[in-house]
This record gives sequence, structure tokens and C-alpha cells, in this order.
Amino acid sequence: MDAICVENITKAYGKGQSPAVDGISFSVGAGELFGLIGPDGAGKTTLFRILITLLLPDAGHATVGGLDIVREYQKIRSTVGYMPGKFSLYTDLTVEENLHFFASVFNARVSDNYSLIRDLYEQIKPFKDRRAGKLSGGMKQKLALCCALIHRPTVLFLDEPTTGVDPVSRKEFWDMLGRLRSEGITILVSTPYMDEAARCDRIALIQQGHILSVDTPQGLRAGYPHPLYAVGGAPMPALLQRLAGHPDVVSSYAFGEWAHAAGTTTLGEGVLQAYLRDAGLPEAIVQATDATIEDCFMDLMKRN
Amino acid sequence: MLFFLLQKEFKQIFRNRTILAVVLVMPLIQLIVLPLAADYEVKNINLCIVDNDRSPEAQRLAQQLTASGYFRLTGYTASYRDAQALLEADRADVVLTIPPHFGRALVRDGQQTLSLAVNAINGVKAGLGAAYITTILQTYNNAIRVQWIQPGRFPAAPIVKVAPVYWYNPFLNYRVFMVPGILAVLVTMIGGFLSALNIVQEKEVGTIEQINVSPIKKHYFILGKLLPFWVLGNVVFTLGLLVARVVYGIVPMGSIPLLYGFVTLYLLAILGLGLLISTYCETQQQAMLITFFFMMIFILLGGLFTPLDSMPTWARAVAYASPVTHLIAVMRMIILKGSTAQDVLPAAAIVATFALILNVWAIVNYRKTS
Repeated sequence: MDAICVENITKAYGKGQSPAVDGISFSVGAGELFGLIGPDGAGKTTLFRILITLLLPDAGHATVGGLDIVREYQKIRSTVGYMPGKFSLYTDLTVEENLHFFASVFNARVSDNYSLIRDLYEQIKPFKDRRAGKLSGGMKQKLALCCALIHRPTVLFLDEPTTGVDPVSRKEFWDMLGRLRSEGITILVSTPYMDEAARCDRIALIQQGHILSVDTPQGLRAGYPHPLYAVGGAPMPALLQRLAGHPDVVSSYAFGEWAHAAGTTTLGEGVLQAYLRDAGLPEAIVQATDATIEDCFMDLMKRN
Repeated sequence: MLFFLLQKEFKQIFRNRTILAVVLVMPLIQLIVLPLAADYEVKNINLCIVDNDRSPEAQRLAQQLTASGYFRLTGYTASYRDAQALLEADRADVVLTIPPHFGRALVRDGQQTLSLAVNAINGVKAGLGAAYITTILQTYNNAIRVQWIQPGRFPAAPIVKVAPVYWYNPFLNYRVFMVPGILAVLVTMIGGFLSALNIVQEKEVGTIEQINVSPIKKHYFILGKLLPFWVLGNVVFTLGLLVARVVYGIVPMGSIPLLYGFVTLYLLAILGLGLLISTYCETQQQAMLITFFFMMIFILLGGLFTPLDSMPTWARAVAYASPVTHLIAVMRMIILKGSTAQDVLPAAAIVATFALILNVWAIVNYRKTS
């Protein structure tokens, strides 16, 4: 049975507004770590709020843990964990008090499921008597995750958990998600960072309320339809300008220090190198490269 | 479940120094300072006398006026022009003009006319100033009659004399009258503001969403919010009663359980209002402004400063549609007059209706799903 099943969910805020979520369908298997990847304003948070029963959809059906989000919303609430993008614990309660409060809200005790959060909680335990509002960003995230997990939910919803968190804490956070998955908890996580997508079992790319693609990260990258070249060694503006001028280049864009150029099959490494030399950039270096999630996203966005 | 919610609320309240200060210090300061300041007795009215006569009779009149203690003689001029200048310079509130030959005409004709000019920028001062002068003139009048009318020669002119007795507040002490009213306003402010702001704060921080996705029932959450402020309201009320007793010597004449019973009922209504406001607001600023709007109307129309009976009919209708009006009335009834449960029953019924309507409305409007 699928842990989350979404069918044609649509939601618009107010009449005449373009929908924030437009006919979205996908499903998440039990125990899967599923990523919802898309830029800000793509509709990720709206979809989350619908699935955790804070928002009613205009149309469509969805189930979480086999329970209907509209009819059986009360049952869903005791089985899911939700961590909103914005830190929303009681800042005037201490770390420990927050944890105990959220456990009791779900009729649970901290000791019941302590094993689940031990690794995480041990890291913030030295600060257990500190008010939650006085924690650093990374520790706040850890505490929020602890509070979302303390009743051992079967499905965990994490809305942009790593936005504004330093790279080391981000890595630790994703390591933790991997461990939770091995405990059998289904996780739906949204993020605007493409590099995090690779750590999910499957990902859905979402843009302007539509799902562009649902696949495994490997499948998505393997399905990239064009030969892709990384071009560097020359000033970026000049590179991008020349690349856009080549008839066989389908798309080109900056990718960190390099420019990525996707071309038709007739475009080869040598062809591109020669073209750039003739165009006045003899120092340019061209290398064939594998597509990343971001390349796939750029390609899908362009096609839709 | 409710226990955990209450435990959390009280922890938060006791950690918030501002709330504690508001709950503990505000009642003391307000009850000690306000009744002393909010005094209706107007003293030190600046009086200017334009004496065109300079007779012994005029002198005696001036003496009586200044000896009353209400007036301060700021000018004793011979022309109205000078007095007008004082009036314009705001150095005279009342100008009394004694006409020429006042004394002689009084003796000869048995009557005289005085003119009174009042600076009415401050309505209360003007009205009371004029009233005081009239009263003093009457006394002066009577004194002259007794002196001049020889007993037995003419039948004495009939005089109707009024001897008022002030029930429940024999010395017309304004503090006795103000303290229960201010106490009512305090309870209202604590209940209304704190409850409205508290729930909106959870909205602002986002914690309400965490609660909403939990299995907590709506009515438990609301009860968890109402109870702490109900307790705080009673704490403030108790403190206020103690201040009234220690500082002003006001001991409730009526039954204290009845007083608490009514305050409890009233707190339900005012907490319901706070709750209702919070369900319509997204930020604490909005909640603050809306609550303030209601409080202003409630307090100004509540009969604390101006008697309800002197209001126009429409204003009286608005005043009766405010629970504060009823609390102020009942506080005065029970504390000063010793009214019984039967006397306050109509007010209790109205306040209970408010409590019911406001709370049901708030619960319906507090949606867990939007």
C-alpha cells in the first residue's frame, strides 16, 4: 500500500487566482524517502498543508497512510509528523519542555520513543535547559525534528527543513533522514536545493503548481535527452553569449564556475571547441559531462 | 491532555515578566493613583470679580465666595474690559460682575441682578463653577433676608429648603464611587487584552499550526487558553479588593462569594470577546488595535465617568450592549449597596448571554482547517 497517494489535487487561493497547486498526482511508497524539488513559489508548501490536513483542496483526492485527508483528517493527525519551514516551537519554553509538551500533545511520553530520536537529541542535550528561542539555527532544526518525531509518526512531512542551515548541519540532517528511513518511516521532504535531491529514493520536480517529472535521481539523470558539455576557462558572459549563438546548442546556462551547454547529437566536444576558438575564445575548455538533477530540472522547465 | 496545556500556559505566563508586571503592578498603581486623580470635585476655580460698586454688601459677597474654598480670586477689577482680558489669557474661569449701586439698590428695591460670565472650554469646570456660585449666592440671599426682614412685621416669605441625605455614600466621597468602577475596568483589560494577544501570538509564531496538526480537540485548546486568564482575572480582582480595603477602607457591603460569582461569569464573557478577536486577527498588532477600540467604547460608555442616564438614548443602547457597563453597575451595587443575588440577577442574565454568544461565535470561527 502506498503511504501517500495524491490524485489530481488542485488548490487556488481566492477566486480568479491562478492555482498554487494544479492537478498534481503522485504516490509515495511505504518507507520511501521522497523529495519534492522545486523553486520558491512552486506550490510545495501548499501541497504539504493539504496533505497534513491544514488546508482543504479545491478538487482531487489524497490519502496519507491509507486515510482520506478530508474525511479521516483526525486519524491522520495522530499518525503524521510535520515540521514546517518556519521554526515554530515555543521560544519561551526550554528544549526539554518543548519536547515533553509535543509528546504529551500526541498522548505519548518522551521515554516511549526515545530510541528514535536518541542520536539527534544527544546533540542538543547539553542545552536542554536553554530556551528554544536562544538556540542556533542548526540546533533549532534538530529540536524541531525531535518534536516532530517524538510520537513515532508513520509518515513524516518536512517542509524545506534545510533552508537557511549551514552545509555541515545540512549534511548531518540528511544523514539523520537516512536513518529514519531505515526505521520504516515514510518521509516526504521538500527542498529548493537540487544537490539534496540525490539523497532521496525518488523525487518529483515541481514548478508553478505542476509536477514535471517523478523518477529516481539516477533514472532522472539517465533520462537526460541531450549530450551535455561543461565549458570553462573563459569569462562567463562571453562564454554564454557565444554558446547561445551556436545553432546546435539547445540550451546553455551558468553552472557554478562552468557553463553547461546541451546540444543536439550532431554537436560534439571537438565541434564546440573549434567553434569557440573561431569565435575568439581559444582558451575555452570543453568537457563532456553527466547531467545533474539541476540540468534535468532546467531541461524540463524549458520544455513545459 | 488539558493538564499539559495548562501547565504549558502557566509556564509561559510566569516566564513573561511583562505579563506578570501587568497583572500584579498595574492593579495596584491604577487603584492607588486613579481614584485620587479622577476626582469630580472641582477646586481652584479662577474667579475674577468686577466690582463696580465697592459697597460693604459687595465686599461681603466677594468674601463669601473666596471663603468657600472652591474659588481662587485671580482678579478684582473695576472694569469688565480688564476681566475679559483675564478670561482670554485663561487666568479667569468665571467672571462675576457686580453692577454699580449694588448695595444701595439691594437695600432699596430688595432685589438685584448679577451677571456671570463663564469660560466654558472645560465643560465640567464651567458647569460646576456656575453651580457653586449660584449656591453661594443663595446662602448670601438667605442671610440678607434673615437680617433685614424683621420677624413679625411681615409674614416670612415661604422658603423651600432641601436637606439631602446621600445614601450608600454619605459624604459623597468620589473615591468610594470610583474604586469599584476602576476595579471593573482592570478586570476587563486583563481578560480582554491578554486572551486576545496570547492566541494571536501562537498564530504569529506558527505554533498554532503544530497544535492544529495534532490530535488535540478544538475545545481543549480553547479551554487551555481561557482557564489561565480566568485565573489571572480573579487574581487581579482579589488584589484590587485588597487595595480597596487597605487604602480606601472600602469593605464590600454585599456577599463576597456573590461578587466572585459575578466576576467569574463576567470573565467568561470578556475572555470570549478576546478569543473572538483573536480568531479574526493574524498579528498581535491587529488584535491590539481592535481590542483597544472596543475597550475605549466600553470604558467611556460604561458609566464609569458619566452617568448612563445623562446619555442620549442611542448611546445608552450602546452602553447596555457592553458587558462592562453591567459589571461596573453590579460592582457598585454589591460593594457599596450590599445588593443580593436577586438584585443582580438581570445583569447576570445579560452577561451570561454575552458569554454564551461570544464563546460559541469564537469556537465556530476558530477553524482547524482553513
